[in-house]
Amino acid sequence: MQSRRQALKKTAVVAGLLATTGLFPQFAFAAFNKDAFEAKSVADALKALGAGAPTESKDISITAPDIAENGSVVPVAVATTLTGVKSMLIMVEKNPATLTAMFHMTDSVDAAFSARVKMGQSSDVYAVAVMNDGKVLFAKKEVKVTLGGCGG
Amino acid sequence: MADPMRIRAQAAGDKTTVRVLMAHEMEGGQRKDAAGKIVPAWYIQEVTATHNGKTVLTAEWGPAVSKNPFLQFVVKGAKAGDKIGVNWKDNRGDTRSDEATVS
Repeated sequence: MQSRRQALKKTAVVAGLLATTGLFPQFAFAAFNKDAFEAKSVADALKALGAGAPTESKDISITAPDIAENGSVVPVAVATTLTGVKSMLIMVEKNPATLTAMFHMTDSVDAAFSARVKMGQSSDVYAVAVMNDGKVLFAKKEVKVTLGGCGG
Repeated sequence: MADPMRIRAQAAGDKTTVRVLMAHEMEGGQRKDAAGKIVPAWYIQEVTATHNGKTVLTAEWGPAVSKNPFLQFVVKGAKAGDKIGVNWKDNRGDTRSDEATVS
């Protein structure tokens, strides 16, 4: 036979366990890297991320149109076949802020992402891979924009 | 609360392609309204994707991602019937999570 006091104690323990296992949903987001997203150039953005100087690599691929009629919707795909990628970045060099999107990899996803970005004017678009060993590799492609998508 | 996301996850072999269409204004903070005032930036900052509850991808976005953002990525080892969840948080602190089943 269980006393009321014991029963209450058990309830408290169970609640505590639930809290520690994260069954009370609480989304853990990585801290948003504001400095990197406000950087005005490729080099500054990488510096804000604590990454080194980038080198061009054939193992990184970037797919984007040669000419984008509407700068507010430019489809960009970045990919690499390399392993040991820590994060993939999309950068638009001549946008008010260069860094557009940053994807943090895990072992469960391929290093291939597609998204749509805004471009203020014709510019080089960079696909950057930050490797686990600290190397920074990139590929770039020039996209001509007929109608800019940043101003009004 | 924002409109739901449209998520489609299709398995091919041991890889699952996930396509997500989010409903969001993604205001860049560069545009001016009729009165000449700058429209304040309002955009998705953080995106997280999960496979059966386990986080597989986190992303940080700037304001230069297009309105109603599209995102495509590939999850390894997901099979039909698995759950793919996506949630985002914008710079005003709004969040939205949705889930889809791999087909």
